[in-house]
Amino acid sequence: MTERDDGLSRRKVLECMTWAGTGVLWTVAGGVPTSLGIIDEAVAAKQKGFTFLQISDSHIGFDKPANPNAKGTLEEAIARVQALSVRPSFMIHTGDISHLSKPSEFDDAERIISQARLDVHYVPGEHDLIDEEQGKLYRERYGRGTKGAGWYSFDADGMHFIGLVNVVELKAGGLGNLGNEQLEWLEDDVKGRASSQPIVVFAHIPLWTVYPDWGWGTQDAARALGYLKKFGSVTVLNGHIHQVMQKVEGSVTFHTARSTAFPQPSPGTAPSPGPMKVPEDKLRSMLGIASVTFVQNEQRLAIIDTPLQG
Amino acid sequence: MITVKSLTKFFVAGVAAVLLLAATPALAADVAVKIGNFSFGPQELKVKAGTTVTWTNEDDIPHTVVSPNNFRSKALDTDATYAFTFTTPGTYKYFCSLHPHMTGTIVVEATTGSITPP
Repeated sequence: MTERDDGLSRRKVLECMTWAGTGVLWTVAGGVPTSLGIIDEAVAAKQKGFTFLQISDSHIGFDKPANPNAKGTLEEAIARVQALSVRPSFMIHTGDISHLSKPSEFDDAERIISQARLDVHYVPGEHDLIDEEQGKLYRERYGRGTKGAGWYSFDADGMHFIGLVNVVELKAGGLGNLGNEQLEWLEDDVKGRASSQPIVVFAHIPLWTVYPDWGWGTQDAARALGYLKKFGSVTVLNGHIHQVMQKVEGSVTFHTARSTAFPQPSPGTAPSPGPMKVPEDKLRSMLGIASVTFVQNEQRLAIIDTPLQG
Repeated sequence: MITVKSLTKFFVAGVAAVLLLAATPALAADVAVKIGNFSFGPQELKVKAGTTVTWTNEDDIPHTVVSPNNFRSKALDTDATYAFTFTTPGTYKYFCSLHPHMTGTIVVEATTGSITPP
């Protein structure tokens, strides 16, 4: 614990500030990614340096009461991106682009997201791989240059970004799954890299156990994190749970982004993790609220409680 | 993907048993399983061989019904259904391949008078 706390203060590890339901803007200062919080040009204008954006869980095609217009809220998110006075270098999308993996859904998502005029690095969510051929459409559209079910890495501004897939070959009773082939690739991918290089890992399902009763975790994430132990700065960005949560453990910061489509309940506060219906005029603000504490084995799980609007 | 046809081939013995029984009046009533709140209900179900079980997704999120090597539905959107006819006695564990914490079991019992496989 002491060592961890010292390490944290020395590195000024990422702190969560304020958040937007539309996306999260990240900047890198001193090699450590720091969220700029709300996509707000006043905030962004003050920042200089490398920035990138995360959006998640667009669920294009979703038309149920929790948000009959998921397309519209994605359009609103992208409009905010367009309005930024400081242009991010690129965007990552942490999965569930579509709701049912239909070509028309991918088409609509592409049409809207491309209006941001940014490179977008995707990883799939489970909703993106449910076409008849279990992911063929996703791989055709987004899989170029990727390995296996769609994992890959790239460098940007001295940082190393790793996109992982933890939504395939899930086992009965289990959680998200990376699988041996991908883990071996990861081990090889980071081998030989300087421990001073900041690492950003992104995947759909959280890489830490948020709430196993709802499947919110990845069963073999520990092995992945083991390969990243030597690095002084590791940031793990996920989606899937449609709310903001954050946890800092040693040199690793875990963070989940909101959905642009609909909120999901806090762990254990509803009979199921299904879409949470809120009054229409509350939807956008409810997208921005996450207020959960889940204590597991005395590990601290820092969860952000921030209203989006007002 | 395993199709019903290939399954049938797989369970030739079971099918033969059912065909023999076709002459008897024992009827297997068809049974429904609801998918709601990210769970299968009833979670465990006992049926007679020959029963068709129909799953209906009542959630706003798609689910699947998968029993590895036995049957696999496509993704079921809201109100979509999947049906499978159980011809061979045995215990069939299944789950949702999208939300694997969702699990269920179908126990298929031999129809009275049929030979129970070892």
